[in-house]
Amino acid sequence: MDLFTSSLRELQELLNKKELSVSDLIDTSYKRIAEVDDTVSAFLTLNEENARAQALQLDDILAKGEASGPLFGMPIGIKDNIVTKNLRTTCASKILENFDPIYDATVIEKLRQAGTVTIGKLNMDEFAMGSSNENSAYKNVRNPWNIECVPGGSSGGSAASVAAGEVLFSLGSDTGGSIRQPAAYCGVVGLKPTYGRVSRFGLVAFASSLDQIGPITNTVEDNAFLLEAISGIDPLDGTSANVDVPKFTEALTGDIKGLRIAVPKEYLGEGVSEEVKNSVLEALKVLESLGAVWEEVSLPHSKYALATYYLLSSSEASANLARFDGVRYGYRTKNADNLIDMYKHTRSEGFGTEVKRRIMLGTFALSSGYYDAYYKKAQQVRTLIKKDFEDVFQDYDVIVGPTTPTTAFKIGENTKDPLTMYANDILTIPVNLAGVPGISVPCGLSEAGLPFGLQIIGKHFDESTVYRVAHAFEQATNHHTKKPQL
Amino acid sequence: MSRISTEEVKHVAHLARLAVTEEEAEQMKKELDAIITFAEQLNELDTSNVKPTSRVLEMVNVLREDRATEGLPVEEVVKNAPDHQDGYIRVPSILD
Repeated sequence: MDLFTSSLRELQELLNKKELSVSDLIDTSYKRIAEVDDTVSAFLTLNEENARAQALQLDDILAKGEASGPLFGMPIGIKDNIVTKNLRTTCASKILENFDPIYDATVIEKLRQAGTVTIGKLNMDEFAMGSSNENSAYKNVRNPWNIECVPGGSSGGSAASVAAGEVLFSLGSDTGGSIRQPAAYCGVVGLKPTYGRVSRFGLVAFASSLDQIGPITNTVEDNAFLLEAISGIDPLDGTSANVDVPKFTEALTGDIKGLRIAVPKEYLGEGVSEEVKNSVLEALKVLESLGAVWEEVSLPHSKYALATYYLLSSSEASANLARFDGVRYGYRTKNADNLIDMYKHTRSEGFGTEVKRRIMLGTFALSSGYYDAYYKKAQQVRTLIKKDFEDVFQDYDVIVGPTTPTTAFKIGENTKDPLTMYANDILTIPVNLAGVPGISVPCGLSEAGLPFGLQIIGKHFDESTVYRVAHAFEQATNHHTKKPQL
Repeated sequence: MSRISTEEVKHVAHLARLAVTEEEAEQMKKELDAIITFAEQLNELDTSNVKPTSRVLEMVNVLREDRATEGLPVEEVVKNAPDHQDGYIRVPSILD
């Protein structure tokens, strides 16, 4: 099955030499899913019939010599909060159990033009709220490196499906770390692009000032190819930015001589485990050996990011999730005979515990008498956090640290106390608040055999430098070649 | 002392259009209290002269040409509605 340990470039060459067909790739994907997904539980819905039909069409195009582009024919998995026309989209919530979207998200339309084949929809924490996938209303995704452990979240299915070799790559979404944290836990490459880089039309909104769609892949180069395909301004998303989309793959020169790296002391401080710290220090040695220089800096408001994030993201979520009211789509209660009761019972029966908790927190923070004390205060602290990054980026090209404070934890270990669970995201959340891009690349395995992730953070719209550093590191090490044995 | 009372929890639940039982309200009170207490660490910071950030990028209004285009077909739009008839979505009575 080792097709999916090959790179996009290698697979494309096999297609062009007719040593491989698109149908072979799609077969490989569904065979692997049949073998391992009862255990991994990455997929909520499969698109098998359509995918096989599409593969035959693409093979015709290939036979005529008309195939083009690096993504042509490649099997992809899509996080289940990105709408796909006529393919069930649940956000891993009971409230959308039978939701059949009537249009495609812009990223899906772009992928179709690039010739990818959608294999299915990937499990996640309900409405992307969670760090372990234990908030899925359907089933727990398991970490392919150790099935007793969580895959991270909320894009746990997106990361686990790539790590388990079920698809070549996937799309996730990242509001406070939801791409980078599971990528770290599952030993794959995950990038949160700059806010505004990728259209969110068709991404079911969680926190609109933070959400971004991004790629999860085996290698940095594959990641850059996938981001190239999905980036760009979109008339259907007013927050998508009118900036050029560079050829990210052209940035992968391997040359980081003289590059200036900032290492925030807060990212190697309290709460970060010794083995995680050591993995980052080892990675910094590698980057140094390639000619980069690093210095310790401070992002002094880091400790306030978690509280800021939970106030802002929950407030935005409480507004965004108001649309789930049992009227136009989704679940409707049978236990109500007037409209207000219908809303209340539909939502209480349809949403899970964590989603309700955040709607309550957000509604509270936005309610009369509390708005200034909580919501506005958090927006002001956000300004300070953003400025921390701006100050450091005056003097440095990238910021480097761990993606997560620990490696993947056991299923059930952190479910009792919401605040302990939230603390998983202390190193990823500031990046969303500042709106800058960040990647997680594999940087070794713990003694227990679980992956570490190295986080590389860049300036607004400077994914090119982030990728260049990530790629140079990846090529200088063999961490990305290690795969879990399922 | 709790930052939020059970009565306030019930009021917020009403605003959020969530039905809560007595036990759920008690449980939510405890959890929200812990989270709100945690969030109050932001009060350590003096933000009296700090502008709030609602978005990270400078943005201006995004305008488009005012041109009529084809809408989505009605039968597609209502197909996900839990209850519909003749192209209309049906809901329980709004007025008593």
